[in-house]
Amino acid sequence: MKGLWLALLVIVLYALHQDIWFWRTAQPVIFGFLPIGLFYHVCYTLAVCLVMWLLVKLAWPSQLESIEPSATEEDTAP
Amino acid sequence: MIPAIVVFVYLASVLYIGIFAFRRSAQRDKAEDYFLAGRSLGVVVFLLSLFGTNMTAFALLGSSGHAFGNGIVTYGLMASSSALIVPLSLFFIGTRMWALGKKYGFMTPVQMFRDRWECGHIGTVITIVQAVLLIPYIIIGVMGGGTTMNAISGGRIPFWVGGAIVAMVVMSYVFFGGMRGTAWVNAFQTTLFLLFGAIALGVIGAGMGGFGKAVSELASSPATSALLTRERVSPLYFFSYTFIPLSSICFPHIIIFCLTAERVQHFKKTVILYPLCMLAIWLPAVFLGVTANRAVEVPAIQAKLEARKTLATQSATLSPEQKTELRAKAAGDDILVRLLEHYAPLWLVGLLGAGIMAAVMASDSQILALSTMFTEDIFAFYEGKTRFGEAAQVRTGHIFVILITVIAYVIALRWPQSIFDLAVQFAFSGYSALMPLLVGALFWKRSTKWGALAVTLWAAASVIAVAVFQSIVSAPTPGAEVGFGSLFGQAIISRTAAGTSVFGFLPVVPMVIISALLMIVVSLLTAKPSEQTIRRYFRQTI
Repeated sequence: MKGLWLALLVIVLYALHQDIWFWRTAQPVIFGFLPIGLFYHVCYTLAVCLVMWLLVKLAWPSQLESIEPSATEEDTAP
Repeated sequence: MIPAIVVFVYLASVLYIGIFAFRRSAQRDKAEDYFLAGRSLGVVVFLLSLFGTNMTAFALLGSSGHAFGNGIVTYGLMASSSALIVPLSLFFIGTRMWALGKKYGFMTPVQMFRDRWECGHIGTVITIVQAVLLIPYIIIGVMGGGTTMNAISGGRIPFWVGGAIVAMVVMSYVFFGGMRGTAWVNAFQTTLFLLFGAIALGVIGAGMGGFGKAVSELASSPATSALLTRERVSPLYFFSYTFIPLSSICFPHIIIFCLTAERVQHFKKTVILYPLCMLAIWLPAVFLGVTANRAVEVPAIQAKLEARKTLATQSATLSPEQKTELRAKAAGDDILVRLLEHYAPLWLVGLLGAGIMAAVMASDSQILALSTMFTEDIFAFYEGKTRFGEAAQVRTGHIFVILITVIAYVIALRWPQSIFDLAVQFAFSGYSALMPLLVGALFWKRSTKWGALAVTLWAAASVIAVAVFQSIVSAPTPGAEVGFGSLFGQAIISRTAAGTSVFGFLPVVPMVIISALLMIVVSLLTAKPSEQTIRRYFRQTI
């Protein structure tokens, strides 16, 4: 269930990249120099950082941490 | 000349780091040590170097140039989409490749493909396609070195000398230091351009009388107000660009780099901090590119603006040669250097030039990746390692580094850059279309070598088809389209000023979708690998 919510979160984040709502306007200009379209994508990048943190916290493939070089015959790549 | 001296000091430092890495190497004749730094990179070097490897000359110079002509849309097109897709690729694919490399000793993705799909020569086909798509980047790197040295020295160092110096420095530290030297140099370079991006922003902003003033002037002029919005591109075009960062993990130098981490935990910080690094580099680069449109007191920028205006107003009366000449004049790839020359003190121009040089020199990891692919996927696979031993394999890698650098330099002197700029654009789409190889191999038991071959041939064929289409049908004026075929009132394929579109999307969208379909359909129609192989990949951990 946790995986499903995280997958949904990533899909929503991907969809939010397509911000058609600020397409043709520069207003408001945030902090006096950042047009809204650029400010949105700066915030978007920060949101991505947060979601990546969540992924690492909640869905990290911890089984990979114990990987060791293969030793058995059956398990060896040709 | 002061800036050029500072850049020379920087190049000497980079060379020293490479040689120092060579001295630190305990097993110089071991392939894994030379090509993968013994799979021992720590978390800081891994993050900074991986990011630096992804940040090519195009990222720093090209993004400012693109923003100069297209406005703030550049950030959403190239930076925020990569900030999402690249860490996701590292999270899902990079970590698994790392684990397989550690477990089975793989040093290239093709070694994994050969084992996973029980194939030999199909792997060779994949290697060749990957190599051909990578070569233009190396040439662009050499060209970028020559151009930057020429610009920073005020024309005193000719292009051919600048290119030769940069190529020699890169070749030397890759030759001696291998992956360890390359990674350390990349980490050093990333630190430089993270630092200098902020300094450049401050210095140029102050010189222009504050960014608030520049933005307000841009907004009030009808000729430039669109640069502060995204109305110059369509939403479909914008959406298409989210497929381009899929190429990142498919680049051999990136996926090979994933194998160098000492522990899989090193990916954690890289995945989380990668978007912040993107923000730190791209926001200043894009913002400076946009505001450069108000830097009319800089003669070189004024000349670019005039060329752009002539193109827009007199396009109908201009010959194709005149249009090409004006487009070259209006191009903004050197916009950062021009801003720095005008607004920064000389010593700072040198330091910032070194930062720019750091981005230009990202071809190091690509040269090393090609060398790794040649020695592992070709030399070792076709019995060279068995016959001549591991030390000979490493020596072959050394020779290959020299060969590829010399060839890239000779080509850089003889051919125009525009050809390779175009080739790089195609290569992004080509690598994105190769994504189903990694996804199929790592996540789909039923994928087969024939599916992999179909994907590879499709990626190569579609890149060639787009290139041929664009060379046959000349570019219309900006805003216009030349359409071919029609379905539901929409042109099937169109030639636009920026390139090609298919149903309004960039070609990368159908290329990736068809590639994925080919992997599914061809795999289902052909025999899967043995149960033993599938078990090794899917039964337990990976």
